[in-house]
Amino acid sequence: MSEYSGVRGTVWFHAFTGQSSPMHGDPKSVLTGDASLSNEHARFLCVVPDPHGRFPCARHGEVGLEEAFTLAARVREVIEHDKNTIKRPIVAIVDVKSQAYGRREETAAIFLAAAAAADAYGSARLAGHPVIALVVGHALSGAFLTHGYQANRILAFDDDGVMIHAMHKEAAARVTRRSVGELEKLGKEIAPMSYDIRDYAKLGLLYKLLHVENPEKPSQQEIRNVQNELVAAIADARSGPVDLRNRLESAAARETRKASLLVRTRLEAQWLEK
Amino acid sequence: MEQIELTYPASRNVNKKAHVGVVGSGDLEVLLEPAEGEVARVFIRTSVDGFRDTWKAVLDRFFAKYDGAVRIEINDAGATPGVVHLRLEQAVEVSER
Amino acid sequence: MSSKGYSPDFFDRQSFIELDARERAKALFDEGTSRELVGPFDRVESPWLPMQGVTPQEDDGCVVMKGKIAGQAAVVVALEGAFQGGSVGEVSGAKMTAALDLACADNEKGIRTSAVILLETGGVRLQEANLGLAVIAEIMASILALRKYAPVICLTAGTVGCFGGMSLAAGLASYVVMTREARLGMNGPEVIEQENGSEEFDSSDRALIWAIHGGEQRYATGLADALVGDDTPQVANAIRLLVSKGIPPVHRSSQVALYRNRIAKLDTSQQWDPKEFRTLWITNDSNEDKR
Repeated sequence: MSEYSGVRGTVWFHAFTGQSSPMHGDPKSVLTGDASLSNEHARFLCVVPDPHGRFPCARHGEVGLEEAFTLAARVREVIEHDKNTIKRPIVAIVDVKSQAYGRREETAAIFLAAAAAADAYGSARLAGHPVIALVVGHALSGAFLTHGYQANRILAFDDDGVMIHAMHKEAAARVTRRSVGELEKLGKEIAPMSYDIRDYAKLGLLYKLLHVENPEKPSQQEIRNVQNELVAAIADARSGPVDLRNRLESAAARETRKASLLVRTRLEAQWLEK
Repeated sequence: MEQIELTYPASRNVNKKAHVGVVGSGDLEVLLEPAEGEVARVFIRTSVDGFRDTWKAVLDRFFAKYDGAVRIEINDAGATPGVVHLRLEQAVEVSER
Repeated sequence: MSSKGYSPDFFDRQSFIELDARERAKALFDEGTSRELVGPFDRVESPWLPMQGVTPQEDDGCVVMKGKIAGQAAVVVALEGAFQGGSVGEVSGAKMTAALDLACADNEKGIRTSAVILLETGGVRLQEANLGLAVIAEIMASILALRKYAPVICLTAGTVGCFGGMSLAAGLASYVVMTREARLGMNGPEVIEQENGSEEFDSSDRALIWAIHGGEQRYATGLADALVGDDTPQVANAIRLLVSKGIPPVHRSSQVALYRNRIAKLDTSQQWDPKEFRTLWITNDSNEDKR
């Protein structure tokens, strides 16, 4: 159940927008759609598998070159369009396997593609657009940095199919020379290492954890509930500053990110010395 | 990770604190600070367990020639006695500039 | 005395790569203007490493210094590549974000303050996993905010290079400075080989690694703004020039149409020879894209 299935993104994108296809000219791996959320008009974006994609290393739900630049373009479209008007919300539906691991990707600077998408999301946020990330499945490493981690507010489902982490278990086990079982055990003692989304929630980075009985086949009521939560998150984002300080000011962060807070206080105190 | 504490007599004051080294593989960092009293205290944290006797031998040798009243902290990632001694001498050199 | 055919330049060269993070940071400032903030004696170390039997470092592998570069206020944040591979943990990441945020606040008060980030890093520190990843997102956010006012310059000199999540920070920078020895990329050769086999990337092929990730290739493909020799005065000078230059008219990461078009025009049916790639990927730039 905790394996990436690549299904949830499509399901929830359709649930919110009624659409299943990419915008004209976009690769099949990026779904972009505009739809209402209560009295807001939001843009939804999602990365999904495309087994026939142009890049062999980006066909199974990875965020590669095309995905990153398409996200960047579709987000920038909203920024440009709303320049002199109300800033629409932008919702990243996140269920991504990983970044794309390929020679073509490295040659053509996937690091810059990823930065371009993060730039677009972050710039939207700085311009006053409420940017929301809804993690419905996996949110790994570079893929999450690219699509979702610049959001004002992050929401996630609370089941075993949801995972936010820096490296998937098998690779992490290999690199740290431990067994997967040992890693899971370590995650119980050391919250930031845990693969369990409920432990991730203790880090104070999440706005809210949502319960959905069957995230791959949600009921109409459940979809409405999640939409209401998105609306609340949007309102909360609009009421706060455009930076990411809420991630350090949450009650959970004040417990688990004490060292971060100490660093900030210390650095500020020493900034003006002498 | 092992923690080792050692104490040595001291007979003079030290003016300046010093920091040398990096906690890299086979290396260590040394933080040396002036301390009150006639004692030098050494606090070692090392990722390589079971070498308490070796640490004591290295520090005994170092303090046979050094008599500053200091607090020394060492964060070690598997340095050889030679490298430990070198870093200690570097720290002393910086503190006496 | 025989000089054995080496030019005097070789002997006079002051290697920048051989310096540790603290020495590298100091070398970039105008003489006598720098001081370190939250240094080792502040003892703000990782809460997570000792729990796992890993010896922490008192500055958590991140050096923050403030001073003047080319007469202007600047902050330099340097990751120590020799400590945990320069990987980003809760504290080292917090030092970087806080420094960038304070520089940004100074700019908002009218004090133009640039930032130079020295990245020798493999990305997220796995022992701190989600806090490492989260703080990299925060570093990226801080770069986006600061670079509106003053340049954020990324310097990668080697030997570790800049990989993983921190490569996105390099991607957001106003300018990227590299040596030939340095490498910059999201995924290193070992990771690619692990995920997609040695056909995709033979991680023992050093020539291939530098042909794709190395400073010379990144510079030749327009992804780095300066290529410098491993010589401290040269490096410092390149940084000074960029601080004085100010922010570019458009940041590289904002030039979406240009790069999207380049990617769209690539023939993905085979791998590309890195040297050929240099001309290949600008072949189809429209006249509009060319600046």
